[in-house]
Amino acid sequence: MRLRSLAKAAMLALSVAWLVSGCGSSEITGAGATFPYPIYSKWAETYKNTTKIGLNYQSIGSGGGIKQIKAKTVDFGASDMPLSEADLKESGLMQFPAIMGGVVPVVNLEGVQPGQLKLTGAVLADIYLGKITKWNAPQIAKINPDVKLPATDITVVHRADGSGTSFLWTDYLSKTNPDFKTKVGSGTAVKWPVGVGGKGNEGVAANVQRIAGSIGYVEYAYAKRNAIPHAQLQNHDGKFVQPSDASFKAAAAGADWANTPGFGVVLTDQAGAASWPITGASFILMHKTQENAEKAKEVLKFFDWAYTNGGAMATELDYVALPDAVVAQVRQAWKTQLADANGKPIW
Amino acid sequence: MKKSGTYLLNQPMDMDTRNALSDQAVPPAARWQKWQDAVFHKVTLGFALFAFLVLAGILVSLAIGAWPAFKSFGLPFLTTVEWDPVNDRYGALIAISGTLTTSFIALLIAFPVSFGIALFLTEICPVWLKRPMGTAIELLAGVPSIIYGMWGLFIFAPLFADYVQPTLAATLGRLPVIGTLFTGPMMGIGILTAGIILAIMIVPFISSVMRDVFEVVPAVLKESAYALGCTKWEVVRKIVLPYTRSGVIGGVMLGLGRALGETMAVTFVIGNANKLSWSLFAAGNSIASTLANEFAEAESTLHHSSLFALGLILFGITLVVLIGSKLMLRKMAKKEGLK
Repeated sequence: MRLRSLAKAAMLALSVAWLVSGCGSSEITGAGATFPYPIYSKWAETYKNTTKIGLNYQSIGSGGGIKQIKAKTVDFGASDMPLSEADLKESGLMQFPAIMGGVVPVVNLEGVQPGQLKLTGAVLADIYLGKITKWNAPQIAKINPDVKLPATDITVVHRADGSGTSFLWTDYLSKTNPDFKTKVGSGTAVKWPVGVGGKGNEGVAANVQRIAGSIGYVEYAYAKRNAIPHAQLQNHDGKFVQPSDASFKAAAAGADWANTPGFGVVLTDQAGAASWPITGASFILMHKTQENAEKAKEVLKFFDWAYTNGGAMATELDYVALPDAVVAQVRQAWKTQLADANGKPIW
Repeated sequence: MKKSGTYLLNQPMDMDTRNALSDQAVPPAARWQKWQDAVFHKVTLGFALFAFLVLAGILVSLAIGAWPAFKSFGLPFLTTVEWDPVNDRYGALIAISGTLTTSFIALLIAFPVSFGIALFLTEICPVWLKRPMGTAIELLAGVPSIIYGMWGLFIFAPLFADYVQPTLAATLGRLPVIGTLFTGPMMGIGILTAGIILAIMIVPFISSVMRDVFEVVPAVLKESAYALGCTKWEVVRKIVLPYTRSGVIGGVMLGLGRALGETMAVTFVIGNANKLSWSLFAAGNSIASTLANEFAEAESTLHHSSLFALGLILFGITLVVLIGSKLMLRKMAKKEGLK
C-alpha cells in the first residue's frame, strides 16, 4: 500500500516537473535562409546556455522561410533576399538585417595562385553569359598582365537550387553589365545561359574543384574553410580588393540603411575604396501585429542579445556583424513597427 | 457447448451441412468465427482502400497545385523549352526529355547486364558461389541513392571525364548522325553520366527479379532441351525466356520506374542546367532533379505551381509506363494463345 502511494506520488511529481519544464523552456521557432544557419545555431546554442530559451531554426531556404512566416507557422522567417516595400506592406511584415556575409568567385585554374586572378563585374558577367569562353581571352588578359593565363575553355558553374547566394551574385553582375541585366536579370534562381549547376555551396565547390578551367561562386566562409582558390574583384571605386572581414564591413558602412524601407539594402557594388562588391545581409521577417506578444518579445530578446554578444562568434564563423549604427536603427524600428493586438509596442 | 462447436468446425463440411447450419441455431463458436471473418474482411478492405485513397489524394493535390501553371501556359507547357524564374516563364520539355533520356540510357545498359547476371546465377554459376553473389547483388539494391550520387560525382565523374569521354568522342563521336551525341566539353557530369549511374542503380533490381523468375522454370523442361542436344544459349533462348517473359518484363518495368523517379543520385551528376542539347555529354535536368533543386526556394506562385505540374507529369509518365507494360503483357499472352 505504502509502495503504491509512493509510486503515485512519484508519478505526480514527474508529471508536474514535466509540465513546468514544458512551460519554462519555451522555444522560439524560425525558418528560412540556409546561408545564416551556422551562425544562428551557434548563437542559439550559446543563448540557451545562458537563458534556457532555445531556438529551433529550420534552414529550409529563403523561399520556404517567407512562406512559413506568411502562414504564421513560425515566430520569424529569414530571407537572404530583402522583400520589397510593397511585399512587406501587403503581408504585414517588418524586416530587419541580422548578419552579413560575402560571396566570392572561385576558380580552378592551373598555375594561378589563390587570390591572384583579377576580375571585374563586367568580365564575370560576360563569362556567365557565355561571351568569353577562353581563359586567355583579351578581356581577362588585359586586367591580368602579370598572370600567365592558359588557353583552356572556361566552364561556368552556378547554383542549381534557388539561393540568396545566387541573388547576390546575379545582382552584382546585373549592376555591372547591362547586357546581363536584360538577358538574365537578378534573382534567387535565374535562367543561366551557360554552365552546369551544383546543389548548394558544396555542389558548386565540388564541381569547381573537379572541372579544370571552371569558375563558380560560393559563400566566403565556405571558400575559406575549404581553401578553394578565389579571385579578386574590382569594386565600385575601380579598386581590386580581396574578400575579407574588413572589405565586407567597408561595403556595409557605406550603405544608406536609414532611408531604405525595411532595411532592404542590397550591399552589392557599394561605393568605398575597400568595399568588397558582393556583400549581402540576411534578413529576419516578423509580423507587425503580434498575436502572441510574449513570444515576439522572446524573439527580439534573442536578436538583441545576438547584436550585443554575437559579434565574436560571427567573426569566428567568417560572418560579419552589422555596424553599430545599423543595430541602433534596427532597435528603433522594433519600437515603432512591432505591436501586439492592442497596438501596444512590444519592445 | 463449446466443445461441440469446436467439434463441428473441425469437421470438413459440405455445402448442405453449411446451409442447414445457418438455418438452425448456430453454435456460438461458429458465430464468433463468422463475425471474426467479417471484421477481418472489413479491416483488410479498409487497408486496401486506404492505399487507393492516398494515391487519389496525392493525384488531386498535385493537380490542384499544378492548376495555375496549366491555366496560364496551357498544353504548350509540355513542349516549351524555357525555364526562366526571373521572368516567370516555364516549360517542361527540358525536364521531360532529361528524365526520358537518362532512363532510356539506364535501361539500355542495365537490361543486358542484368540479363547476364541472372543467367549466370541460375544456369552457369557453381553452387557454392550462388549464395554470396546473390546476396551481394541484393545488398547493392539496398545502398541509399545518395551514396550513388556522391560516388558518381566524386569518383566516377572524374574518371569518366579523363578516360571514357575522350574515348567515346574519338570513336562514336566520329560517326555520322549519332556522332553529335558524343561531342562537347568533357566534364564528367551530364546526361550520359546520370544514365550510367542510374543503370548501376537499377541493375540489382532487374537482375534479382530476373534471377527469381529464371529459377522457377521447371527443371524438366530444361533437362529435356539439354537431352535433345541444345546448347546453354539455346535453352535460355527457347525455354527459359519464353517461360519467364512476363516476369522479365515486370523486372524491367520495376527498374524503369525507379530510374524515372530517382532524385538524389541524378541531381548530383546530371549537371542541373536547364538547357536542351543533342550532346549526351552536356549538362541537363530531369523532372526529379528540378524538383529537388528548386522547390525550397520557389517563391512566385507560378514557379511553385510549375514544379507541381512537373510532378504531375512525372506521375503521368510512370502511369503510362505501367499501363504500357500491362498492355504489352496482355498482347503477348494473346499471341501465345494463337500458337
